[in-house]
Amino acid sequence: MLNKYPIWKNLMVVIVLIIGGFYALPNIFGEDPAVQVAGSRFAEVNVSTQTQLNDLLASNGIDVKKSELENDQLLFRLAHADDQLKAKELISSQLGDKYTVALNLAPATPEWLADLGGEPMKLGLDLRGGVHFLMEVDMSEAIRKMEEAKVADFRSQLRKERIRYSGIKIKSRGIEIKFRNEEALSKAEFLLKRINNEMVFTDVSTDAQQMLLAVMSEEYIKQVKNDAVSQNMTTIRNRVNQLGVAEPVVQRQGADRIIVELPGVQDTARAKEILGATASIELHMVDQNADVGRAVRGHVPAGSVLYYRRSGEPVVLKKKVILTGNYITDAQPSFDEYSRPQVSIGLDAKGGNIFSNATKDNVGKPMATLFIEYKDKGKRNPDGSVKLDKTAEVISVATIQQRLGRNFVINGLTQVESQELALLLRAGALIAPVSIVEERTIGPSLGAENIQNGLSAMIYGMAIVLVFMLIYYRAFGFIANLALSFNLIMVVAVMSMLSAVLTLPGIAGMVLTVGMAVDGNVLIYERIREELRAGRSVQQAIHEGYGNAFSTIADANITTFITALILFAIGTGAVKGFAVTLMIGIATSMFTSIVGTRAIVNALWGGKRIKKLSI
Amino acid sequence: MFQILSFKGTVNFLRHAVPISFLSMVLVLGSLASLATKGINWGLDFTGGTVVELEFEHAPNLENLRADLDHDSLSGAVIQNFGSTRDVLIRLQVKEGVKSDDQVNLVMDAARQVDKDVVQKRVEFVGPQVGKELAEQGGLAVLVALICILVYVSFRFEWRLAMGSVAALAHDVIVTLGVFSILQLEFDLTVLAGLLTVVGYSLNDTIVVYDRIRENFLKMRKGSPSDIVNASITQTMSRTIITTLTTLITVVALFLKGGSMIHGFATALLMGIMVGTYSSIYVASYLAIRLGISRDHMMPVEIEKEGADQPSMMP
Repeated sequence: MLNKYPIWKNLMVVIVLIIGGFYALPNIFGEDPAVQVAGSRFAEVNVSTQTQLNDLLASNGIDVKKSELENDQLLFRLAHADDQLKAKELISSQLGDKYTVALNLAPATPEWLADLGGEPMKLGLDLRGGVHFLMEVDMSEAIRKMEEAKVADFRSQLRKERIRYSGIKIKSRGIEIKFRNEEALSKAEFLLKRINNEMVFTDVSTDAQQMLLAVMSEEYIKQVKNDAVSQNMTTIRNRVNQLGVAEPVVQRQGADRIIVELPGVQDTARAKEILGATASIELHMVDQNADVGRAVRGHVPAGSVLYYRRSGEPVVLKKKVILTGNYITDAQPSFDEYSRPQVSIGLDAKGGNIFSNATKDNVGKPMATLFIEYKDKGKRNPDGSVKLDKTAEVISVATIQQRLGRNFVINGLTQVESQELALLLRAGALIAPVSIVEERTIGPSLGAENIQNGLSAMIYGMAIVLVFMLIYYRAFGFIANLALSFNLIMVVAVMSMLSAVLTLPGIAGMVLTVGMAVDGNVLIYERIREELRAGRSVQQAIHEGYGNAFSTIADANITTFITALILFAIGTGAVKGFAVTLMIGIATSMFTSIVGTRAIVNALWGGKRIKKLSI
Repeated sequence: MFQILSFKGTVNFLRHAVPISFLSMVLVLGSLASLATKGINWGLDFTGGTVVELEFEHAPNLENLRADLDHDSLSGAVIQNFGSTRDVLIRLQVKEGVKSDDQVNLVMDAARQVDKDVVQKRVEFVGPQVGKELAEQGGLAVLVALICILVYVSFRFEWRLAMGSVAALAHDVIVTLGVFSILQLEFDLTVLAGLLTVVGYSLNDTIVVYDRIRENFLKMRKGSPSDIVNASITQTMSRTIITTLTTLITVVALFLKGGSMIHGFATALLMGIMVGTYSSIYVASYLAIRLGISRDHMMPVEIEKEGADQPSMMP
């Protein structure tokens, strides 16, 4: 029979609507102002912290709605937003700096709903306020560091096999290794090629000079870059955690960029200081054979570099790095027996091994700690990227008393310096310096304003469209309006299910979907009217109307979908949010306007003898 | 039946095609000329630089504020109201050797002189390199979108129609860009998003007409291609008007109520939807006719026995 849906189809529509309604539901409960407490490696939060803090808040007259302990995090939901700051300060002063205390807005989804996976949409920074950073990793520095390491490797490899070379230097085209005769070169080429798979060696000898050129292979460069970004991401994630921000985002973008989003953060200066601080230490042996006086005049021995101490005193260090900050697992400020500040450092197993071997051979010799910092001084490279200035300073020179293992101390600092260094080292060293290439700060009041604007645009737009459809198509218009309302619920539901982020352009996308989604129904209804005018029976007109309009609707929507997909691919942040809502809106509106309205139309008029249709 | 438009018979839309396509040509050329001479007022997303949005307690005197901001590292700053008279938007250019933070601090110092309760609502900084990349990517995206659509429409319909639709889209994009150029409206990333949405939306209209053209070529045994196109446009006219109307309603709501941050986006949509609706008739369909679309091109492949009366199908 025409215009009768089988039971399964009706059932499907009902089930989809119920599921949609269910997942859209969490969005109407809003959010509770909350304070979130997380422990660290040195301290954890547990039930006793929970009771202790509950008592603390209660005794200060702060009304706690509920406190939860989950995933090693404590969450205190407060009854009043005004108490939030006060509660945070109370808790931080009570617990000290081993804990991270952050302000948060926790979804007030009822427990039964949350247990079934119901979660509200997340709000983008443009709707809730906060900072967005786009950071760029300085790849040339990562590669230069790797080349330096290679130079040191080559030296020791050649020396071990007693192959004589007359110099190794990093040049713009690669690492040049010079030899006195052909025999040494061919022996070296054979040896180095065997050990260093990741390098490509070519004989670039001229009449005057026997020379080997070592270049990193494409693949290796890719890997170095990849490692640099992922290690930097870990480091930045650690640093972000030190800032005490609820739900931060650290994400990779493209080959060499990292996105950091800190919702609710207003103190951008401090955030930048901690995120951008690119400090690291390197341990070098002091070159005891070098004549410091000659070095200052410009005659630095090959394989060594001249550095200065903070006091201005020159020191000549061997170029070879014994250990970099990458192996550091722990760093704490402390005091030695004379109450002088120092930093106690712990290394991981690999670092411990390297360090132990290096110090074994050098007992009785002086070792220096080099403090390296990259600072954005506002200069730019010719291509417009930020140029970071490297400053390196010797912070301590100490004689190695014995073979050192995984724990040792750095001294010769002021108290403030030792605390800062410990913080930076603990957060991990950045393998290559990063610079902020994009920064967006949205104040919380603007965020609230944006939500307000978006919602009122949606309400006005939708109200007029609904009234228009009702007047123009009467009963069928009412059905289209039902479909439109359900469509909106479905968009919200799908976005919540995918935990997509709602942005201001995202809201615009929803508003636009309202306007465009009626298109499906208009196409169908106009077709039904045409068929009626052409003298078809009511049932046949409905059938033809839906049938003929389908391929048109599909074609029209697929093309819009393609553009949304492209937008999604190129867009960042807010625009991505728009593309997502548009895509979801297209998909759900196809369902509600074709299948959904058909189910209602069939149920109301299908299979009945009627002469006239309210359309 | 309540109807906005009620046509008795077929309206000869194409009768006016020649003068109207001349008008289109003028619009496109005018837009291109403006793009070539005035260019586009690229927003922060594309040029790089710093934008500071401030909210004052009382509407400040912009002239005085301009004088207060007369500082070397801020030269070239643009100061304007944004949304209301109390809200002020300050655009700063990237300066060699000057950090964005320092620029913002200078601005804040000057603003506090005027009004100590001034609120910093928004600060955005984009590096020049990032902006350049984005501009390249954005241009590429529009191009890729057009190509994808060309492929899809050729696959689903026919190459003449595909060419028509892409020409219509290019027309819409150029004219919308032209309006942004002539009025020197700021073009930022959300405007680009709006432009791409226009591409999708305008195509939507075109496809509805094409679909009907294809159907009518098969159904109407008589009539020239122009007659069939006219009939198709007439039949889909009320749908086109209603859909455009509902979409325009929501876009106008966004334009008026959505707040200043998506004003550019709403403007692009507003322009694009109007231009797009008209171009789907006069550019897309007309071009397909000029390219020589005929009944033969519309025949499904397995049509051989039905098409016996058409000698061109029989070798």
